[in-house]
Amino acid sequence: MSAIGIDDIEGALGVRQHEEEGEFPVEQGYIWTTCSSVENGNPLFWDPGVAEEVTGGPIAPPTMVSVWFRPHHWAPDRSTPGLPLQIHFDLKEGLGLPEAVMSDNTIVFHEPVRPGDRLTTHQVLKSVSDEKTTRLGTGRFWVIDVEYHNQRGELVAVESYTGFGYRRAGEEAAR
Amino acid sequence: MTTPTLLLGDVSVGEALPELTHPVTATTVVLGALASRDWRPMHHDKDFAVHRNGTRDIFLNTPNLAAWFERYITDWTGPFGRLRRVTFRMHGSIFPGDTMVFRGTVTDTGVDDSGCGWAALDIAVSVDGDAKTTCSAAVALPLDADDNPWARSGDRWTP
Repeated sequence: MSAIGIDDIEGALGVRQHEEEGEFPVEQGYIWTTCSSVENGNPLFWDPGVAEEVTGGPIAPPTMVSVWFRPHHWAPDRSTPGLPLQIHFDLKEGLGLPEAVMSDNTIVFHEPVRPGDRLTTHQVLKSVSDEKTTRLGTGRFWVIDVEYHNQRGELVAVESYTGFGYRRAGEEAAR
Repeated sequence: MTTPTLLLGDVSVGEALPELTHPVTATTVVLGALASRDWRPMHHDKDFAVHRNGTRDIFLNTPNLAAWFERYITDWTGPFGRLRRVTFRMHGSIFPGDTMVFRGTVTDTGVDDSGCGWAALDIAVSVDGDAKTTCSAAVALPLDADDNPWARSGDRWTP
């Protein structure tokens, strides 16, 4: 958790950072709660026979991949957990850009995630733009990939986030 | 035996997916936030949402919206549809009292180098005609009744 300043960008590009393991294994209860919350009746998640036939056993809805990394609201003896997308906050701090928005988010799905899987994640800074001025203010766009692997080292998903960190017009650079 | 309900050959570019309408309540928002382990107060505490976020109420969180989009796509494909990729763009929030409407169209179809069939979709969830989140997605579809995109891995799955 260290600020990424302008001189640090080149060294940070493409480097795995903030490796983390999920706090608990992928579990069936959350799969049902999620399907229930959106009334998803896909038999892959409700009928073990269909799951066995089609996906070789139960799987989690692919879009749940980030759910397995949201920390418990409270846990005993826990040190402060890393923020999701820590690099985003490291860039904001290091580049002196107090405001930020996420403009879009892509998820690419690889191996299926299954109940019992222990997933790990890390973040990779892919690019940082030159300074640009938009209607929000002046700042930089960046792309951060969040990669997820299972306990066998297989890639299960990659999320790419495009962020824009900026200063509102009229505000001076913090550094 | 489970057989595919939708094959690549059944799909044509420009085709519309069946519309999905859902009335959003506070329960929809809170259930979705907790299902996605998102404990942030603007997704369950109306006072916080109104006074700290300046929104008119609590609102649906993005990870749960992703689950809604997934459900919308696989309602259409059936269980053999396997998501390859999704891209979301957020334009506005969805609140209790809103009726959200999902609409989608097929923008392209093809077969990749590994022989996997796919359809590209443009989807929007709207409230009163305003698109609140848009999604472009690619989903793998079986080429015939014996094909199963879920059986693919390694070099045979290149999403």
